[in-house]
Amino acid sequence: MSRANRFLLPLGGFALLVLLLVVGLKQAPDKGIIVSPLVGKPAPALVLPTLMDPAVTLDAAQLYKGQWYLLNVWGTWCVECRYEHPALLELQKTAGIPILGMDWRDDEATAQQWLKELGNPYDQVVSDKEGRVALAWGVYGAPETYLINPEGIIATKRVGSMTPAIWEKQFLPLMAQRK
Amino acid sequence: MTPEIGHYALVLALLLAAAQALFGLLGPVLAQQRYVQAVPFAVAGQFVFTALAMACLVNALVQMDFSVRYVAENANSALPLFYRVAAVWGAHEGSLLLWILVLSVWTVAVTLRSRALPQRFIARVLGIMGLLSVGFLLFTLATSNPFLRLDPAAPDGRDLNPVLQDFALAIHPPMLYIGYVGLSVAFAFACAAMIEGQLDQAWARWTRPWTTLAWAFLTAGIALGSWWAYYELGWGGFWFWDPVENASFMPWLVATALIHSLAVTDKRGLFKSWTLLLAISGFSLSLLGTFLVRSGVLVSVHSFAADPARGVFILAFLVIVIGGALTLYAWRAPGLRSSAGFELTSRESFLLFNNILLVIAAAVIFGGTMAPMVSDALGQGALSVGPQYFNPTFLLPTLPLLALVSVGMHASWKRGNLSRTQRPVLATLALAVALALAVWMGAYGTGSLMLPVGLGLGLWIILSSLVDPIDRLRRGLSLSAGVLGMSIAHIGLGLLTLGIAVVQTASIERDSALVVGQSAQLGAYSFRFDGVEPAEGANFNATQAKVTVQRDGVDVAVLQPQKRTYWVQRNAMTEAAIKTQWNQDLFVAMGEDVGKGAWSLRMQVRPLIQFVWFGAIIMMLGGIIAGLDRRYRQLKPVAEQEPNTVDVAAGARTA
Repeated sequence: MSRANRFLLPLGGFALLVLLLVVGLKQAPDKGIIVSPLVGKPAPALVLPTLMDPAVTLDAAQLYKGQWYLLNVWGTWCVECRYEHPALLELQKTAGIPILGMDWRDDEATAQQWLKELGNPYDQVVSDKEGRVALAWGVYGAPETYLINPEGIIATKRVGSMTPAIWEKQFLPLMAQRK
Repeated sequence: MTPEIGHYALVLALLLAAAQALFGLLGPVLAQQRYVQAVPFAVAGQFVFTALAMACLVNALVQMDFSVRYVAENANSALPLFYRVAAVWGAHEGSLLLWILVLSVWTVAVTLRSRALPQRFIARVLGIMGLLSVGFLLFTLATSNPFLRLDPAAPDGRDLNPVLQDFALAIHPPMLYIGYVGLSVAFAFACAAMIEGQLDQAWARWTRPWTTLAWAFLTAGIALGSWWAYYELGWGGFWFWDPVENASFMPWLVATALIHSLAVTDKRGLFKSWTLLLAISGFSLSLLGTFLVRSGVLVSVHSFAADPARGVFILAFLVIVIGGALTLYAWRAPGLRSSAGFELTSRESFLLFNNILLVIAAAVIFGGTMAPMVSDALGQGALSVGPQYFNPTFLLPTLPLLALVSVGMHASWKRGNLSRTQRPVLATLALAVALALAVWMGAYGTGSLMLPVGLGLGLWIILSSLVDPIDRLRRGLSLSAGVLGMSIAHIGLGLLTLGIAVVQTASIERDSALVVGQSAQLGAYSFRFDGVEPAEGANFNATQAKVTVQRDGVDVAVLQPQKRTYWVQRNAMTEAAIKTQWNQDLFVAMGEDVGKGAWSLRMQVRPLIQFVWFGAIIMMLGGIIAGLDRRYRQLKPVAEQEPNTVDVAAGARTA
């Protein structure tokens, strides 16, 4: 290799790297942005008071034992949750599995009002006022949606709004595989 | 109003950064002296408006203005003031603003400290830095504006993740950014030199202090992050080869190589094109790290809420900055030749080995970090690369690297006269081996072969770093800050080596179920379970265990780990108890109540783990001392020295 060509090598290497990054970037949206390290692992405990009656405590593992369910993390302070809401109402009708709502670091009265106004897509709603359960689940920010399989394993996770397209592309195939 | 002021201040900073770039780069080309003289004013203006924007964001957070989206998403009325300010860099938008401010501060520092440098040259340096500012300001304004309003305003904001409310973590990002961004100075100096097509020894002397200081901050930033992960997450380790940890470690390794290669270029006018390439790579890796963290391409605990649109923007920026610099390199570097030669056993060749090994280490990490992406891109599915890959492959280049430190430090420039220097090298080696064997046998006894090897290398580095300063002091010679800083940084490296070697090989872990009064033996220590009692906190009830640690029948520590149940959602969290001593950490965490009064306990003895961070802090101190050496402040342009005139006898051992 001639002396001048040797100095082109770093540029060539960088071009390859850019190519890789472009491909990676194209695939990034499909991955639902951040894949949780918890995917494929048993779901952390979720034992919380319900939103409607704080005296009643609900254990997700007990309640949904042996069946698929969705866990949707939301809050009335969360702007994107408002955009997401119609999609959840749609899923309630079409998905065929229960959606457990987790109201995260929120005021109960406001949250109840929100569900009254916008409609309630949830099978059950629990309130995680201190955010400790959200922490254990690795919630980064609302909204986030988890799919939990009948064995209590987190099958997948969506960071950001749920949409019908995401449901069909990311969630449905996982459930279909099992049947 | 203030968020709008902040927004406009950013726009003005962008315009001034553009002016700084244009005047700085065009002035010398068009030979317009007025353009060149305008550059410092643009620098000052950009700093003023960036600082104003930052003040507006801090104000919004302190005042809890929840009509600002960034505030509503990252702060909460219950958050203490300190963490509300720290929330400035708690998320993507604010941390970008901090990045821009840090870049602006470095630019001001370069402007102030470089008045004695040739005006055309420094105009070009500032022009390049202005170009970087333009890129980041555009990025912020176009995709990540922290001043966006929320309509309607939120009644209260989201809290900072509780795990993140920690002092070490609050100051970890600014430290890292000062380091990352500081590498842009060396980058700008390299680009300016390539534009001029000229690179002499004086250039290396100008670049050295900036690189060393940036390196010191990078060291501190990485060490703080590692320390936090150990204490707060209780993972029981100091390094996890997480992609984002790696993204900060790669520029550190390259910057370390750059510091050493700059020394050669400064002293002997050698390695010119290599030094340039390292200066470009160091900052490029910082930028690449930014891309990886913020684009969602890599999966990591550190990932910012990612947005592919941001990814596209940063990628375009990477292509312009790194691609531009490497094109410049391909064009100009072939013209930079070094006439001087050196022998195989001279200091130059040891520093060359140092560089090669450091770059190999960085490449090994680069490969492991990028492998999951390559596998993904080729449709091979998810691939996870963990410590099983990183630990052994990282050792391959670093063991010889550590072994060469002492020899290289005492070798002479240019001449390979080993007989003159072998006495301190061999003497310290013998002493280190004897000490290492004594410590190994005396304190640890067992463990893998890596333990005595690591101990020996660490001790050898420490002892031989002491030789030069002591020798100089004894002979009444002056000790320059450069030599002192180098010695201190190498002592830090030795301490770090000791810490890693011992904690990786001699840690003892045991998970046992114990009934009250029963003990578990971990090496020389016995952990006695003295029972549990209820305890109460502000918002939780806890079961608290009492574990007495004894050595030879003497109480060493009483540890009280807790298993907490928070009132609101009734889930359990464990709170480990750690007793830190200078030479080890004793650790107990509670497991489950296994019935009949027995509890499962996780017990660990982690020897010398504190040395890891202590060593890193010493390295940082060494870097700061060396970076502030008086020699760099005599900034009169120096004519290229005739390599043959380098004083081999007395000057040979200066850094």
